Amino acid sequence: MGVESRDARGATMSLVSTTSLTAFYGDAQALFGIDFRLEEGELIAVIGANGAGKSTFLKALTGLVKVSRESIQFDGEPVGGLPPGQIVKRGLAMVPEGRRLFPSLSVEENLLMGAFAGRLGPWTLPRLYKMFPILEQKKRLPATSLSGGQQQMVAIGRALMSNPKVLLCDELSLGLAPIIIKEIYDAMPAITAEGMSVVIVEQDVTVAQRVSRRVYCFQEGRVSLEGASDALTREQISQAYFGMIEQESHS
Amino acid sequence: MMAVQVVRSTASSRSALIASGVLVSVAASMPFWAESSWMREFVEIACYFIFAMMWNLLAGYGGMVSIGQQAFFGFGGYAMLILGNFAGVNPFVAIPLAAVATALVAVPISKVAFRLQGGYFAIGTWVIAEVMRLSFANFSAVGGGSGTSLTALRGFDKATRESATFWTALVCVVASVALVYLFLRSKQGLALLAIRDNEVAAESQGIDVQRVKLAVYVVAALGAGLAGALYFLGNLRISPDAAFSVNWTAFAIFMVVIGGIGRIEGPIVGALIFWALNKFFSDYGTWYLLGLGLLAIVVTIFFKQGLWGWAEQRWGWSLFPTQRWMVEKV
Amino acid sequence: MIEILIQGLLLGGLYCLFALGLSLMFGVMRLTNIAQGDFIVLAAFTAIAAASLFASHPVLAVGALFPVAFGFGYALQRYVLNGTLGKDPLPSLVVTFGLSIVIQNALLETFSADPRSLESGGLNTQSLQLAEGLSIGTLPLLIFAAAVACTFALQTLFQHTALGRAFRAVSDDKEIAELMGLDSRKVYALATGIAFLVIALAGVFQGMRTTVAPSDGPLLLLFAFQAVIIGGMGSFWGTFIGAMALGLTQQIGFRIDPGWGIWFGHLMFLGVLVVRPQGLFPKTRG
Repeated sequence: MGVESRDARGATMSLVSTTSLTAFYGDAQALFGIDFRLEEGELIAVIGANGAGKSTFLKALTGLVKVSRESIQFDGEPVGGLPPGQIVKRGLAMVPEGRRLFPSLSVEENLLMGAFAGRLGPWTLPRLYKMFPILEQKKRLPATSLSGGQQQMVAIGRALMSNPKVLLCDELSLGLAPIIIKEIYDAMPAITAEGMSVVIVEQDVTVAQRVSRRVYCFQEGRVSLEGASDALTREQISQAYFGMIEQESHS
Repeated sequence: MMAVQVVRSTASSRSALIASGVLVSVAASMPFWAESSWMREFVEIACYFIFAMMWNLLAGYGGMVSIGQQAFFGFGGYAMLILGNFAGVNPFVAIPLAAVATALVAVPISKVAFRLQGGYFAIGTWVIAEVMRLSFANFSAVGGGSGTSLTALRGFDKATRESATFWTALVCVVASVALVYLFLRSKQGLALLAIRDNEVAAESQGIDVQRVKLAVYVVAALGAGLAGALYFLGNLRISPDAAFSVNWTAFAIFMVVIGGIGRIEGPIVGALIFWALNKFFSDYGTWYLLGLGLLAIVVTIFFKQGLWGWAEQRWGWSLFPTQRWMVEKV
Repeated sequence: MIEILIQGLLLGGLYCLFALGLSLMFGVMRLTNIAQGDFIVLAAFTAIAAASLFASHPVLAVGALFPVAFGFGYALQRYVLNGTLGKDPLPSLVVTFGLSIVIQNALLETFSADPRSLESGGLNTQSLQLAEGLSIGTLPLLIFAAAVACTFALQTLFQHTALGRAFRAVSDDKEIAELMGLDSRKVYALATGIAFLVIALAGVFQGMRTTVAPSDGPLLLLFAFQAVIIGGMGSFWGTFIGAMALGLTQQIGFRIDPGWGIWFGHLMFLGVLVVRPQGLFPKTRG
């Protein structure tokens, strides 16, 4: 905890990094050389329009989309293209876009599925129920019978049950009312309190800027902007988002 | 933006069309010089081939895998026999009529069959074929379980009958190939390919998926009925077990899978291979069938596009183009 | 009247055993096993061969069939059938159809077309006296009890164990299940292994209760299939009820005319398809 990894030259290594990551979605190329890094304990955001490649990026990190081995480093190891099962065992978990809970399983069973990989850690069922009490009330109900916001809690809980070092969240706010979105993101500090690193993918730029320390903006499969969340202006983000001018801003 | 035109055929397919025309003309002259056993064999292979072609249309293009197409094969046979024996219709004329009758009966049957999908649709069609078999087995006017003979051809002498049967078979083969080819190149055919690629997207483009599926089902039934009517014309005898045997579908699946599903050339290649295997190995009975089954399994797992499909990808052959290419206008 | 009811239910017990494997494989991986009936017949013939080969310990020999069946099912799924799964239903249908043909002909070559049966030590002729003039066969009753037990076991496995959770998860959403660390290839293989345990049991019972011939497979498949559809594709108890309904209908048909039993079953099946295609007990999915 809190120990910096150093590579052979003694330089500090990021917890997660990608180097010139390219990926295909079917026959179409979705990512054109993404350079990305996540430091331990950070909460960073990836923003961009629909089709910019954000989801494909997360899928590449989790092994759902195949990429070259060296293009993704996690905790000092090349993990590109490994089966999802192995990646989750190493400590990288995802809350998928659209929740994708298991309809045939109850709330509690969905949460238990998250622990399938068998990683030990602070996140247990009782702790999750403390963070999201409503889930304990509804634990025997079919997971998909809950409201959108509650389903999102189940999806987050399911990912947390694998006690990951890195949590990826794909479009948490999709389809949810603003007040529910606030409730969900209010739980973030409890999640990151013990040093978990988080990447959130968001279409809602305001939310993304507010909760994250750094922001990457994707545009048509490339990084169009990267910088500290509180240092980037509205205008810079707009231009990077819609691809009018490519910019790089480092703080 | 470069100017494009939509092109349907290539040089290789045009020459193949000419070659087929020559072949058909040569074949048509066969009754004058060939042995009668050759002609009988041709008729039999023609039936297998037409049936396989229609199964391919239904499964490869329509996406509906059926293990019960023998229902329509047998129905076509019985319809022809009933028209010939009881309605005094010339059996040669009865063949297309029987095919139409089969197409008509496919409509209410589809109402039941379409309640199921995928693998359960496949078995469901088998149940329907079994129901047909049991029904005809209880139909004493056509001989019940032991079947009956086609008496309407008694007036013809053997040579005339065999020549006429042969020519009818030839006509049926050409007609079926033309029917399938033209159907697939038509608007409905393109709709079918769109559905096969992505049903939801096709629907959003305004394609009535249910209607197209029904059209394919009926056309496939028509073809199967045609094959059945032709077969029992050549066989002169029909029985429920022969008419509704699942072996028909087994052979069709074999031919199509070996040749390549979802391609028009597939059943042609498959029928030829099947005929060759039949010629040399059918005496081995159970071993032969076992071998066929194993071969179908191996090809399905390792040569997903069938042998012709594999050749097509390897060397770019294409005899019956149903795709349309965009080429730069010169 | 009561007799028809009881005979029908007992027959249904057998059909339930035929159908559970089909239901399980379809439920977990959407695979329709066309060779289901043929595998049951294969199990029966293997039991018969084992019993005669090891004539001094026939019960042990038949008992050994079960772990072999599990291993066979596991390997079949892992190395042959897993490769056929996917969006297109055709490969799995062609491969299982091919297996059906291979099994039937292999059995014909090995055992000839003569029907055989499994020595049951007189079990198939014993009967229990229930009431005045009413007795039921011990074997059918045993089969019925086995059907109830297997249905209960499978239902419990699915609803209350970690493996059952894995089965349901992978059938809901394979991609996300793999994201949780599940290896779908192994989970599918386990499911088929379990299905083959029930197939082995069904084969042994079928061999005891009547004679089996190499070409019996397809008809058994049709019964299994009809039971699954009538009951509704959501649950094992649904399959059980469907099998009962089929058995009862066939029994009524047999009583009216010996040639009409199966025919009645077909009609009932088609009727259910037309009137209530989702079956008697469909499971609603979220």
